Amino acid sequence: MIDKQHIGKKLPVFKVTTDAWRLRFFAKAIGETNPIYFDEAAARDAGHPTLPLPLTFLFSLEFEQPNTSWRDELGMNVARILHGEQSFTYHRMAYAGDVLQFESHIADIYEKKGGALTFIVRETRVTDHRGESIADLRSVIVQR
Amino acid sequence: MSKITFDAVNVGDLLPPLTLPPINRTTLALFAGASGDHNAVHIDIDYVRRAGMPDVFAHGMLSMAYLGRLLTQWVDQRQLRQFGVRFVGITHLGHQVTCTGKVVEKFEADGEKRVKLEVQTTNQYGEPRIVGDAVIAF
Repeated sequence: MIDKQHIGKKLPVFKVTTDAWRLRFFAKAIGETNPIYFDEAAARDAGHPTLPLPLTFLFSLEFEQPNTSWRDELGMNVARILHGEQSFTYHRMAYAGDVLQFESHIADIYEKKGGALTFIVRETRVTDHRGESIADLRSVIVQR
Repeated sequence: MSKITFDAVNVGDLLPPLTLPPINRTTLALFAGASGDHNAVHIDIDYVRRAGMPDVFAHGMLSMAYLGRLLTQWVDQRQLRQFGVRFVGITHLGHQVTCTGKVVEKFEADGEKRVKLEVQTTNQYGEPRIVGDAVIAF
């Protein structure tokens, strides 16, 4: 059981940059065959300035959060969590080398099955160095 | 990539499916490193057994990344407006993921012609593991 008083809690804001090698590693890990995701020349030929961050990669960057004490503050047990839902709303493309800022908050906490499962909703706004919106992320984490 | 036009897309159209090799421990180790999700439930069998589970299992976001490949082998990523999923079942070691998608709506929003897709992954038994939708602009 996780205290609903944490609804609205803001997580520490952080900035992160993705290197091209990391995007090539991610492409390998998911068996990507489209060269725009691992070959800079192919990306440029397709009209991109360099390697694009693929559709789900912003979620990976949320793990770069340098301060993860919020999970302990909520009382989450990482051995007993499952990912319930994930969504992305896209505003503009992000690329290797972009400095991205992540601002997250706990949007909701609710229970199901008589309190056996707790659902924690985290919403994140990602912006670039000009403050332009890149994407909005919504994660539902289930604590068993 | 051959360019698909809004007029050529019809409700009920199926996307070319994407079938992946069976999930093995190397898949999960590589995805843990590349994705940044180092939760031991996906990589360390000793840890999961102490937590009362039989074995490690796949990251939900691995299957969502496969669905992302399904989408971007069909249209350019710059056309994606929304992509969301629910994780309805665990993808285990040995599961062979197939990604499928279907056009369910054509509409206009924010001055753009858009289509909505339903997407899902199934394992080799035909069981849905993640289900969701995506909105694409033309």
